[in-house]
Amino acid sequence: MSTPQIETYEARIRALEERLRAFEGRLAPPVARPPVAEYAERYGLLLAWALLILLLGWFRPDQMFAWNSYATMFGSTAMIVVLTLALIIPLTTGDFDLSVASTMGLSSMLIAYWNVRMGWGIEQAILMALVVGAVIGAINAFFILWFGIHSLIVTLGTGYFLNGVILWVSNSGPISGVSMDLVRAVILTRFLGIPLSFWYAVALTVVIWYVFQHTALGRRLLFVGRGREVARLSGVNVVQVRAGALIASGTIAALAGVIYTGMRGAADPSSALAFLLPAFAAAFLGSTTLYPGRFNAPGALVAVFFLSTGIMGLNFMGVPSYVQNLFYGGGLVVAVSISQLLRKRRPMD
Amino acid sequence: MTGAAALEITGLSKRFGQALALDDVSLTVRRGEVHGLLGSNGSGKSTLIKILAGFHTPEPGAEVRLYGRRVPLPIAGGRALGLAFVHQHLGLIPSLSVTENLRLGDLATRAHWRIGWRAEHARAAEVFARHGLGLDPRVEVARLSPVEQALLAIVRAVEDLRGASAEPGVLVLDEPTPFLPRAGVEQLFALVRACVADGASVIFVSHDVDEVREITDRATILRDGRRIDTVVTRETSHDAFVERIVGRSLAAYAGDGKRLEGAEEPLVEVEGLTGPGLPGPVAFTMRPGEILGLTGLIGSGYDAVPALLYGARRAGSGRLRLGGRGLSVAAIEPPEALARGIVHLPADRLGAAGVGSLPVGENVGLPVLRRLKRAFGLLDRDIRDHAVRLGAELGVKPNAPALPLAALSGGNAQKALLAKWLQLEPRLMLLDEPTQGVDVGARQDIWEALDRASAGGTCILIGSTDYEQLARLCHRVLVFARGRVVTELTGRALSKEGIAEACFRSTALPGAA
Repeated sequence: MSTPQIETYEARIRALEERLRAFEGRLAPPVARPPVAEYAERYGLLLAWALLILLLGWFRPDQMFAWNSYATMFGSTAMIVVLTLALIIPLTTGDFDLSVASTMGLSSMLIAYWNVRMGWGIEQAILMALVVGAVIGAINAFFILWFGIHSLIVTLGTGYFLNGVILWVSNSGPISGVSMDLVRAVILTRFLGIPLSFWYAVALTVVIWYVFQHTALGRRLLFVGRGREVARLSGVNVVQVRAGALIASGTIAALAGVIYTGMRGAADPSSALAFLLPAFAAAFLGSTTLYPGRFNAPGALVAVFFLSTGIMGLNFMGVPSYVQNLFYGGGLVVAVSISQLLRKRRPMD
Repeated sequence: MTGAAALEITGLSKRFGQALALDDVSLTVRRGEVHGLLGSNGSGKSTLIKILAGFHTPEPGAEVRLYGRRVPLPIAGGRALGLAFVHQHLGLIPSLSVTENLRLGDLATRAHWRIGWRAEHARAAEVFARHGLGLDPRVEVARLSPVEQALLAIVRAVEDLRGASAEPGVLVLDEPTPFLPRAGVEQLFALVRACVADGASVIFVSHDVDEVREITDRATILRDGRRIDTVVTRETSHDAFVERIVGRSLAAYAGDGKRLEGAEEPLVEVEGLTGPGLPGPVAFTMRPGEILGLTGLIGSGYDAVPALLYGARRAGSGRLRLGGRGLSVAAIEPPEALARGIVHLPADRLGAAGVGSLPVGENVGLPVLRRLKRAFGLLDRDIRDHAVRLGAELGVKPNAPALPLAALSGGNAQKALLAKWLQLEPRLMLLDEPTQGVDVGARQDIWEALDRASAGGTCILIGSTDYEQLARLCHRVLVFARGRVVTELTGRALSKEGIAEACFRSTALPGAA
């Protein structure tokens, strides 16, 4: 080919490329998935909750369709919501905190001990319990971040250690007779027919939802969890963020202990430990809904009540209590399996 | 020592999509020969090695013979046929002992119910004695020096061949030397010579012309996927090698380095920079708006500079002056660098530069979240709108910030990540292989975006081995060798060929200690 011919072709190619660019600029972004699937994913758990109520109501309509059952259940599972909220903060930054239930138990026991045995004012006891929770978080953070040990191992160890402390403080027995002021403020006073404990859990859910969804801190937490190196190279102080998440987790777990004590007016050395698995199940189940693929506060709230509704219904049907374990344990595995399925459908999310 | 062929390759081609990585390459390695394999980036060297290792299937029509016997393609079980490899990443497990590493292949695959460690250590010691090495079989590999580790890997490959094949075997050394000190290279060469004296053949892949001239008997040079020449090393000068690698006579070429207008006084001054992977000391300056390329052969240390200046990796020493204010490079942390208007785009796109599982919008918005906030707080919608605006400027396609970053092609992900940093209007931008794995169109877009930033006064530092990119983009290029700057290219000398030549000559220059 002669040179002018080539030049003509080059010019035509350039013109075509220009047009291609123009077209590409005008293209609407591809619809990744039909909106129906998007909705199904987002609100699937709410739908499942409704179906569960209908299913259980088929067998026990008088109890399952009674508002009072739910009002009681909402009030009595509030501390699990708070515990789950404590858990999702370090989970978002990529750390496990297995010591939350023990922190809750210790907080509950310390309040009872200080209030009943030492005669402290209830406000003072609560405040000190929250400080202890923060200190436990700080200790976890120190071992995880300073020594570089995996969070699973550190918090497994501190959790077990705290169980020992609980037995030591309580002399292995329950302490009852905690100030009625606390009991009134948590469970006896009702708003819209539901004990205040529920409203505390809702308020905390709103706060954590706001922080995760509408603050720069929330996005930084997420980046730290998903890509530590990316976060560090984007100027995020990764150590500070992770330490902060663990301290927040300890403090909120201690708050769960406050509510737990208030619900019963007493503390016992072991029952709080049984809430670790329900909290994990709810955290993972909650991460499949509302903001799918992310640990999120409203999802955690819905997940706790979904699981509790199931347990409540089974109780009404007279199913033996070991079914609770089957339900929570199975719930955790099913929840993680669902989130894994989501991940496959949307790569790496 | 010349003789019958150990390895014969004929008509070897390999196509990746549209690109022909290897084009009808033929190569013969004789028994008892050290055969060099040379070529610059993209010459097809690594594709050839990967075919021999069985990673790639060549196009039909190729034939590979080992000791006269035809080998079915793709090659499987190379060791039993008499092929062994030592790659640059030596394939040792640092936390295991020397003996365990030496016998790794055996221990991992055969069913040993009982391992007599005393006997194993004694056997290992025997093997090392035979090769004239004084390695302690019981010591952990992590505690060996880099040279000892390389020697161990080679001895292991030789021993594997001895056990697995009746023939003396062909040992492929794929760039084993770039991180070794000179004395270590001598030791390694002594081991290579001993292997060859036993009848084995060695293929020595390297960038370093001097080393190839020292150790090889013959050498084959590849360029753009074709075999350019096979030469007898003794009869070939350094220049003759470089000429064949670079692909033109060294006399005449027209450089196309851009000229930099504007202020003469430097905005960025770096002095006495050293750090891991960079023995240094390195010093350079940059004028406002200058695009400075850093390059060199593998192991020359140029690639460490961007990360060190940002504090992504801790520098050993050095001072950085930016706009008259100085600071110690060893003390820089990323937040501080950002506060001073320094940004860094690492080469590891989804490992260090962005999070693949999070939406494009959040990846882009991360450094400016504070700015995007309104009275109520951050809104997803604001983050998305912001990313759409920036994405349109840089031509990110599809410009859909709700997609996860990993869903974008390499080029578009890179554009988005570039937008993440360009929006800060940095004073100094540190880039590491900015167009690696990026398609041609996106490459052009990225170059144009960098040109625009440069016109706006941003200093841009680019570490890259893409000579074409450096020639097209940079005002000036510094060539590194053994952790120091040895050559500076500007103006007419700044062409793809000019940079390649400077790189391949770099090891022989006086600055490279």
